Amino acid sequence: MSIRVGESAQAATFPKAAKKLLQNTQLRRNVRRATDTIRGKRAKVVDEMPDWQALRTAAQQIKKRTLRNLDSYLVQFEKACAEAGGKVHWARDADEANAIVVGIIQSHNQKEVIKVKTMTSDETRLNHALEAAGISPYETDLADLIIQLGNDKPSHIVVPALHKNKSEIRQIFMEQMGLKELGHAPEDLAGAARNFLRERFLRVKVGFSGANFAVAETGSVCVVESEGNGRMCVTLPDVLITMFGVEKIVPTFDDLEVFLQLLPRSATGERMNPYNSIWTGVTPGDGPKEFHVILLDNGRTKVLADEESRETLHCIRCAACLNACPVYRQTGGHAYGSIYSGPIGAILTPQLQGMQHSTTLPYASSLCGACYEVCPVKINIPEILIHLRRKIVESGGAALTERMGMAVAGYTLADSGRLGTAQKLVQLGRQPLDAIGLPGWSAARDLPEIPKQTFREWWKSSRGGK
Amino acid sequence: MLISLFITCYNDTLFPGTGKSVVRVLERLGHTVEFREQQTCCGQMHYNTGYHPEAVTIMKKFVADFWDAEVVVIPSSSCVAMIRDHYPKMAKEAGLEKEVEALVPKVFEFTEFLTDKLGITDVGATYPHSVTMHTSCHALRSLHCEDRPQRLLKAVRGLDYLELPASDQCCGFGGTFAIKNAEVSTAMLSEKMKAVLSTGAEVCTGSDNSCLMHIGGGLTRQRGTARCVHIAEILASEEGDQ
Amino acid sequence: MSTAREEILQRVRTAIGTQAPEEPVQREYRQAGTLSEEAKIDLFIDRLHDYNAEVYRCAAGEEAVTIAEALTARGKKRILIPPGFPAALLPTGPDFVRDTALDYRDIDATEGALTCATAAIAMTGSLILTHSATEGRRALTLIPDYHLCVVYTNQLFETVPEGLRALGGRRTSPVTTIAGPSATADIEMTRVKGVHGPRVLDVIVVAAG
Repeated sequence: MSIRVGESAQAATFPKAAKKLLQNTQLRRNVRRATDTIRGKRAKVVDEMPDWQALRTAAQQIKKRTLRNLDSYLVQFEKACAEAGGKVHWARDADEANAIVVGIIQSHNQKEVIKVKTMTSDETRLNHALEAAGISPYETDLADLIIQLGNDKPSHIVVPALHKNKSEIRQIFMEQMGLKELGHAPEDLAGAARNFLRERFLRVKVGFSGANFAVAETGSVCVVESEGNGRMCVTLPDVLITMFGVEKIVPTFDDLEVFLQLLPRSATGERMNPYNSIWTGVTPGDGPKEFHVILLDNGRTKVLADEESRETLHCIRCAACLNACPVYRQTGGHAYGSIYSGPIGAILTPQLQGMQHSTTLPYASSLCGACYEVCPVKINIPEILIHLRRKIVESGGAALTERMGMAVAGYTLADSGRLGTAQKLVQLGRQPLDAIGLPGWSAARDLPEIPKQTFREWWKSSRGGK
Repeated sequence: MLISLFITCYNDTLFPGTGKSVVRVLERLGHTVEFREQQTCCGQMHYNTGYHPEAVTIMKKFVADFWDAEVVVIPSSSCVAMIRDHYPKMAKEAGLEKEVEALVPKVFEFTEFLTDKLGITDVGATYPHSVTMHTSCHALRSLHCEDRPQRLLKAVRGLDYLELPASDQCCGFGGTFAIKNAEVSTAMLSEKMKAVLSTGAEVCTGSDNSCLMHIGGGLTRQRGTARCVHIAEILASEEGDQ
Repeated sequence: MSTAREEILQRVRTAIGTQAPEEPVQREYRQAGTLSEEAKIDLFIDRLHDYNAEVYRCAAGEEAVTIAEALTARGKKRILIPPGFPAALLPTGPDFVRDTALDYRDIDATEGALTCATAAIAMTGSLILTHSATEGRRALTLIPDYHLCVVYTNQLFETVPEGLRALGGRRTSPVTTIAGPSATADIEMTRVKGVHGPRVLDVIVVAAG
């Protein structure tokens, strides 16, 4: 099987990648600034919603219901979509999905495809497969365009070029678009993207999109966006291919009323994003004449099988957890070695890609809980991180020194007499502390003085052991 | 009230002064404190790092040690959060559901015990220093402490309370996180230290000595002007102490 | 070898097990508004202003005058209209071109589009188009740089659930919700107005007679 999450299988470990990124002060400043801005905006529009918690609860329950009955909802979606003129394909893994896309484009003798931001296609490395087949994929989301033109990697789920500031973006645009002059304002950069892509929107015959939601009841698909590039991609081409993970289904059209409130406020701090496109199959005289849906597994059914961490699949990719995460704030997204970065990436990548590739990601968190607090679908990310750590330990993935240290600590803490003896050792020297690897700690912090008397000794001496 | 003190393993070893202060405050308020000497740990380090069977063993011990206590007071938000958030699920596996269900409501973090259970904000303390407060993530998001610790501090005579900027940001300790991701942890610590120093406070307090050991260790390394003191020690202070 | 479809469905069934109890969904969020009619309209206009949309208000019967006013203010002389846009609402003066089967490049060369809407949401300042004969196919309000939309107060709902449910049978037509002009926050998280969709959106709110 070729389950794949971008290039995460080849990525460096989190601590190694983080160490390098921490030295990039420009990138860190960009990330801090951007996440501070978006956190402030989110807080403002969430605070004005008296029913925010009720919406979160409903969303969580809708997602639970969906996953509990996913097989029947998938079949229901397939039927409704087909009745409306869509063609539904199923892809077990990344290679199978890419082959379906390439096949459809080749069957129309096309060499180009316009794409609206799609995490699943980054997952399967679709662009790579398209290029190998002689097809040019054009990313049309502004941030994706920055990444594609700059030959860079995404560092954020919603704002993939969040690590770049406007002067860096301007530089990329001037070089790659062949512009002699370009203003410095964000408006100028957006204008350059408009001019650069307009001709492609009007020319290219095949469009590719993901989906934020797919409605089982009606066979409808929903794309949430801001720039209008999504509308262009799903409206203007003759052929439209939409690929999404099997977990993106919601049971009913009315369920959208919950998610379309939660997603924009969580993702970009807007009451509503500028555009939502919802379409059902093919509409004569309006939009594409041919519509393909690819339902992608690529590891999702493995996640579904683990009841303890199943709710990872509730994720609606709003990235609020990234923006709230104090770890992400320091390192940016590249440290996670995956298109899915931040707290959600730390739980999603290892589960999709397989634990052997990502044994450091579940530890890339101080378990502060900020992610859980902001999650619009109430994924208990800290709890799942701990669950994945347990799986790593149980499968023998932890370092020997750690396992020994934890075994000794466990033995010691199971008996107050043994704890007392260990405390004596700590007072005599710091060996037990140093043994579990405190050099990293001591590089930046002093250890406290070890008191001459433990609390229990004081109690015994002053209260006579009462 | 007969209050059973669970000191926690690291307070016992590294911060006995915090435990003495808890005893001093509670006795000053007219309560009796007991210390069950067989106690050890809550199992948090093992649980959070993925060592589940060890954590369950320690949980069983905690339940055996405290099941018949009237109330259990703990000067550590993270240990209380461990017990409240994770024991119920672990108990299912260990067949201790009833015991844990009965015990958890009797477990309190020290400051919430004062404000919520005893209904006190003025504990009769005097502490003539400027103080800022680091709210630990567990206090904030698990215990939902809101402004309870601040209410206690503001009632202390002579204390000048200074608000900490970005107080909802994690300090970067996170238990074994500080070891496994030492560089990231240090970067988080730098921001926290900057926030603490920006207040100009002499003392940074909190309800978790683990965070305070981390912040304090950084501050002394940098020869910062502030020092870290557990909130129990401030609340225990009386005129003439300092 | 089984097909991908069968295999994925089998994986799903194995993963969720045989017992699949219905998960309850509590819809305790707001599903209906509480504002008075006038407050609801004010909120809608306030939200539209938030998006830098120009808003005109008029009574039923005054649509043509108001459309003329809006187009004059923007200096628009040649405007696309959907095939079913009511002729009675059109002022004399500007040149209105009915979109029957125009080429996308022809649409790209026009100054803007004038349409009706199916519904609107006050809380979010959203217009909802279901691309009927009075609203036009999707390309019409997408390719041009200017969109003037006429919406009636009896089409306006306070909350998102009310607005979406108002679509009724039209929900399986193509649906576009529009909240302000196209925008991006991809550059340093600063909202920039106008990328690929219309960069200018004006709205005429007509008091339903």
